[in-house]
Amino acid sequence: MYAFEFHRPTSLRQAASLLGKAEDGRLLAGGQSLLPMMKLRLASPGTVIDLGAVPGMTGIERKGRSLVIGAMTRHAEVETSPVVKEAIPALAHLVSVLGDPAVRNRGTIGGSLANNDPSADYPAACLALGATIVTNQRRIAADDFFQGVFTTALEEGEIIVKVVFPIPSRAGYEKFRHPASRFALAGVFVARRGGEIRVAVTGAGDSGVFRWHEAEEALKGRFAPKSLDGLTPSTEGMNSDIHADAAYRAHLVGVMARRAVERALRR
Amino acid sequence: MTTVTLTVNGQSVTQAIDPRTLLVQLLRENLRLTGTHVGCDTSQCGACVVHVNGVSVKSCTMLAAQCEGASVTTIEGIAQGGQLHPMQEAFREHHGLQCGYCTPGMIMSAIDIVNRKGTALDEETVRHELEGNICRCTGYHNIVKAVIAGAEAMAGGMRQAAE
Repeated sequence: MYAFEFHRPTSLRQAASLLGKAEDGRLLAGGQSLLPMMKLRLASPGTVIDLGAVPGMTGIERKGRSLVIGAMTRHAEVETSPVVKEAIPALAHLVSVLGDPAVRNRGTIGGSLANNDPSADYPAACLALGATIVTNQRRIAADDFFQGVFTTALEEGEIIVKVVFPIPSRAGYEKFRHPASRFALAGVFVARRGGEIRVAVTGAGDSGVFRWHEAEEALKGRFAPKSLDGLTPSTEGMNSDIHADAAYRAHLVGVMARRAVERALRR
Repeated sequence: MTTVTLTVNGQSVTQAIDPRTLLVQLLRENLRLTGTHVGCDTSQCGACVVHVNGVSVKSCTMLAAQCEGASVTTIEGIAQGGQLHPMQEAFREHHGLQCGYCTPGMIMSAIDIVNRKGTALDEETVRHELEGNICRCTGYHNIVKAVIAGAEAMAGGMRQAAE
């Protein structure tokens, strides 16, 4: 990787100030995406600001009808948290099929969301659960946050502090993993809260995570896998690469959506 | 340059480093602890797994500078005097290695599995939990056997320590 300046601030304010001053600054959370990208020279920040010593950015808490997770909370903590398992078991399951144990010991929820990899798992959960991403400046609804491949609503100098998930009555996540990278070839998160049903798809779309409105409509009739029988998203807008073409990905989305509903009903 | 102070295998270490130094580079090149290997350098293979503050991490995907104040344990730090760690002994006993390249990472991951999942492990759990460690020689069969046996031996050690 190319040389960079390194800072390890000890407060959020200091981190924001460093980020504002840096010409080409990047925040380092768990580093499980940024460091590999820097090695490949897909990213070459002039300044790296490590959030590892900033206090108050970790932790999992149930607050009324919401689950609140600090941005620097490691995947492994979410995976094993009794609070998460009780409030949103689908979220604990999602994290358990992400990367591998050593990666989960480092990777963070905030880092995953800020990166918005089109095959990452957390964006699907945020979009389907209608999460709110809280930064040092404002609150951003998941519907407005994800803006395309590796692109988010985050402005210069903005730092994700925590994520607030409304607790659903039912939720499920299923993904078809690429066997080597463990990223989603197609992953579907379904959530039902009151009369609202949301279906979010990751890994498959050519502009990142998206809501599959057709499936949401179909599930409003009856929240059951059968409601999705024969339903497959259009291949238009599906990603196509050496791992899977658009038609295969579209097919996988249909299958994963039915399995996600099954899983949601199993609780 | 930046300065990092950390504990490696119980000893305090302070090093002046280029910020882009990876933890695995600090261990291998600065401290000459070459038991930790670099396989893929892309966080897939697990040959570089060490423990940082008690949990397994891929040391090729962590900056040394992120380890300020941390406690790092490598494969060199787990034997007691001249006696192998029970997990090392189990890999030897069950022929859990051929070329040995992946072994340090396998053993560090295996100890992490025991720390998280306990000493009574079944085959399915071990295979699932080892998915971040790749071996290109043995086909995993003896590695899985070694991890299960090593976990049992660690239970014996823990019982002894408790008595």
